[in-house]
Amino acid sequence: MSRTWETPGGVHPPENKSQSMTQSIGHLPIPGTLVIPLHQHIGSPSKIDVTIGQTVLKGQTLTTATHSNNLPVHASTSGTVIAIDDQPVAHPSGLNAPCVTIASDGRDQWIEHVGVTDFRGCGPLDLLQIITDAGIAGMGGAGFPSAIKLSPSKDKAIDTLIINATECEPYITADDAAIREKAQDLIQGIEVVCHILNDPKRVVIGIEDNKPQAIKALRSYIQESPIEIVPFPTKYPSGGEKQLIYILTGREVPSGGLPIDLGMVCLNIGTLIAIKRAVIDGEPLISRITTVTGEACGVNRNYEVLIGTPISHLLTHNEFDENNCSRLIMGGPMMGFSLTSTDVPVVKTTNCILAPGHSEIPADTPAQACIRCGLCAEACPVSLLPQQLFWYAQSKDQERLEAHNLFDCIECGACSYVCPSNIPLVQHYRSSKGEIRKANIDKIDADNARQRFEFRKLRLEQADEQRQAKREARRLVTEQARATSNTSQPGSSAADIIAAAQQRAMIKQASPEQQKAKFERALLAAQSRLQEAEKRLIEATANGSKQQQIICSASVESARQKVDQTQYRLRELTD
Amino acid sequence: MAFKQISSPHGHNPQSTSWIMQLVLLSTLPGFLALSYQFGWGTFINLIIAVVTSLIAEAAILALRNRPIAFYLKDYSAAVTAVLLALALPPLAPWWVVVVGSLFAIVVAKQLYGGIGYNPFNPAMVGYVVLLISFPIEMTTWVTPISLLSEGVNHPGLWKSLSIVFAGNTPIDGVTGATPLDVFKHSSGLVVDQIYQRETLFNQASFAGVGWEWVNVGFLIGGIILLKTRIFTWHAPLAMLGTLALMSILFWDGGSSASRGSPVMHLFNGASMMGAFFILTDPVSSAVSNRGRLIYGSLIGLLVYVIRAWGNYPDAVAFAVLLGNFAAPFIDNYTLPRTYGHTDRRKATDKGEDE
Amino acid sequence: MIDSIAQQPMLAALIALVSLGIVFGALLGFAAEKFRVQGDPIVEQIDNLLPQTQCGQCGFPGCRPYAQSIADGDAINKCPPGGQNTINAIANLLDVPAPALDEEHGEEEEIKTIAYIREDECIGCTKCIQACPVDAILGAAKLMHTVIVSECTGCDLCIEPCPVDCIDMLPVVQGIVQWHWPTPPTTIDLIATSKMSSQEDAA
Repeated sequence: MSRTWETPGGVHPPENKSQSMTQSIGHLPIPGTLVIPLHQHIGSPSKIDVTIGQTVLKGQTLTTATHSNNLPVHASTSGTVIAIDDQPVAHPSGLNAPCVTIASDGRDQWIEHVGVTDFRGCGPLDLLQIITDAGIAGMGGAGFPSAIKLSPSKDKAIDTLIINATECEPYITADDAAIREKAQDLIQGIEVVCHILNDPKRVVIGIEDNKPQAIKALRSYIQESPIEIVPFPTKYPSGGEKQLIYILTGREVPSGGLPIDLGMVCLNIGTLIAIKRAVIDGEPLISRITTVTGEACGVNRNYEVLIGTPISHLLTHNEFDENNCSRLIMGGPMMGFSLTSTDVPVVKTTNCILAPGHSEIPADTPAQACIRCGLCAEACPVSLLPQQLFWYAQSKDQERLEAHNLFDCIECGACSYVCPSNIPLVQHYRSSKGEIRKANIDKIDADNARQRFEFRKLRLEQADEQRQAKREARRLVTEQARATSNTSQPGSSAADIIAAAQQRAMIKQASPEQQKAKFERALLAAQSRLQEAEKRLIEATANGSKQQQIICSASVESARQKVDQTQYRLRELTD
Repeated sequence: MAFKQISSPHGHNPQSTSWIMQLVLLSTLPGFLALSYQFGWGTFINLIIAVVTSLIAEAAILALRNRPIAFYLKDYSAAVTAVLLALALPPLAPWWVVVVGSLFAIVVAKQLYGGIGYNPFNPAMVGYVVLLISFPIEMTTWVTPISLLSEGVNHPGLWKSLSIVFAGNTPIDGVTGATPLDVFKHSSGLVVDQIYQRETLFNQASFAGVGWEWVNVGFLIGGIILLKTRIFTWHAPLAMLGTLALMSILFWDGGSSASRGSPVMHLFNGASMMGAFFILTDPVSSAVSNRGRLIYGSLIGLLVYVIRAWGNYPDAVAFAVLLGNFAAPFIDNYTLPRTYGHTDRRKATDKGEDE
Repeated sequence: MIDSIAQQPMLAALIALVSLGIVFGALLGFAAEKFRVQGDPIVEQIDNLLPQTQCGQCGFPGCRPYAQSIADGDAINKCPPGGQNTINAIANLLDVPAPALDEEHGEEEEIKTIAYIREDECIGCTKCIQACPVDAILGAAKLMHTVIVSECTGCDLCIEPCPVDCIDMLPVVQGIVQWHWPTPPTTIDLIATSKMSSQEDAA
């Protein structure tokens, strides 16, 4: 039995997990249309590969990655692309983002795909490429591309693989169900990742002790292997990456750093199963397990859902009662965000759709004043002082907010949960973080603008100086011309600028010898052009094309004139 | 169908601010009962006057400030302030003393600073100190504990008490007297044993001082209830009581004539327990972090002892708490907890990036 | 020598004080040189706080001249693009009370706007290019002009010179990336609005 550490703070909200675990993972009929957001992960957007009207097969790529930090998305079923436009997506803002809409043909026909038969024979980089091409991003929360997490780093070897089976959020049972029913896939996924990481020293599955069946399922599969299963007491938020690392290893990820800084990598259950499917079965990430729960849903159950399935499709198949729904949440009650419409599609990070009833999660009551009771500080898992942060957030004191480590807040919601005055603390922090980020961007923009402004000023000053110098030079030249009746001779007078200006004037009036040579050259060229033109005229008459004849004769005429003109000039000069 | 955009977390712990306040009110009950038993109806009358005055004052100021009145009155904070002040005042004090104290606590110390959550000082203690400085005679006239009343003398009944409080009638002789801390302070030159032998307040006491010991036990019980319900943490009260005990052990010197009193006497007399559990733990005016509260509590414990032993006043909780309130922001600056992922604690006034 | 000085208290005191003066003076001088604070000059610091729109609404040709003027004692509330935040920041820096924005110089805008040229109406006169203080307009004579969105500070200076009025100031589009949670409304506002709406319902 491995030792575990206890994080400070934490809360114990009602778990509400049993409702959705009464049945096994279900499947839904294929929805008529699927809306697939093109950008479902952290990183830059990628390039669209399909056009409207194109037929696509299940698993076909819709976008290609254009940069190492972005991922392709795939068609979740076969059908026709009917739109590529902005649609509401899974985001707290409720704003729209580019999506590909597919009208499914109901055949659900796979594109040709093969898995790797012997992954141990493949190099880690090949496997990572497969994982990238399958579009696998962390399926627990933020959606960080998994291949980047697993990529070998130059300065830090990964010696610990942590598998996050905590699922500390109330209501959500997607990982629990996945472990119970797909433990074999999970173990294979772990094996693939271990191979990629060149067999890390320690492989730990961290799991809360409220999932005894999942623990049992795992134990039965890994009797022989060195994978450790470490159950620990249930407490929210143990499933945060940083919290889990502390619980399992007693070490803290440095502020602003990543687990890789400690030589660790942390993966979610869903991600590992997706990796197994990508590598061994050759299937890209086009579906995930999602919990549909809450009192407003008649059926509470886990489903294997195609990415891009509209939430409304899930809800209608679960006897959704719109009138009894107080809010619609994607994710759990502690960190999930509210959806403003049911048209939003399921994405790679959608682990739960929660439709609570009015009595289950009532509307928020107005916030009372903060009495600084300190319950929030007791609950904070990262030892912040939420009451002080709230104080400074209200006064918009960004300096103090940063001194109180606002950016170490993981937005777990424990402080708001316990706040007796019902203050939406987390929203205050989110808003303050956004404002600080914006202020930083504004600062960069301002510096940029200043630079451009100063550069422009400099440029204008220089141009002004040059113009002045030119004017001065011209004035001097005319003065000199007036003084000496002769054509200009290099002046013996003053400034360099003037000398330069005079030289420029000089070039225009070159010596007679040079001019003669120039005209002779021109004459030769004109004569050769005349010959050429005459030749073409003969050819054209031979061909018998009337139009050609006219054009050619015109060019012969103009060439002849040019020759005459040059000869005349030359004669004039020699005379 | 459109749904509301609401920030997480969704759902909430049922505990509310008004519930916390009600719990604090309930926890004063043992102390209140002890006071009433020992000193008669006076405390009850104080309580009624203070609560009525405070609620009216709070409502009036909220109306002046254009704030929703019912919403703020429902948080019970004014009632808590009033109750704490009333329990600290001497029983049978004239009504205007209580009214002035309550008005000052609510209007000046609380609402003028911005109302609930914004007061830098504990309002009840501000009210108390104002009264103590302004009306020293009324504030130092205490009622004799019930067991020390001479034969045939009783605490005045409710009607008699009301006439004393409102009509200014003087109570009959023997009903008022000194407190143990007074007696001890004004008996310099005697060794402790002599004081204890001479003074009925001590020689008839179970362990600390007649009447007062039970009042303090009452507040201790209330405080333990609040600790158990996790309304506040143990840090500030324990640090205060610990420091007070430590100081009195250091200067006990076996009970010579220069002795400043035994630890038991200090812990169970005056406002020690009430201060430790009901005044120090006022979260608004105390330090915020647990480490800060340890320092804050110790500081107040130290000040209580210093003022009791060498100052001009027999008891010192109110002054010590106000001085502690002054120091709280400063303590906060140096006692931020170490955040996850940081190697060092930061100061609240740190600028820019890490360290 | 020492004896004779010792017998003259006046002289002794004088010598002692003068030598002390010299020693400590030297020490102070040394410290001042050695530990000199290489801070930004105040103009630089003020300029850093100004929004750098270079719009000239303050009456100065650009942000830096205004910063110089503030350092020389001018009012700090003449910058509408910076708004109250900038005024507060400068007030904080200079340790003076923060006044409200001087409305004479313009009003603070809620949403940042940026210039857009209606390109098919542009006649290519280059007048806006010359007016732009930050070189954010691209184009040449007789050719269409366009605004580099990321460089535009929204200063308005290009609007006036345009002979065909083909420049619009449009609000910056808030995308999903720029979005962040708004500050929650205060309880007092909430109660006030709910009261108002219930009154409206009643009416």
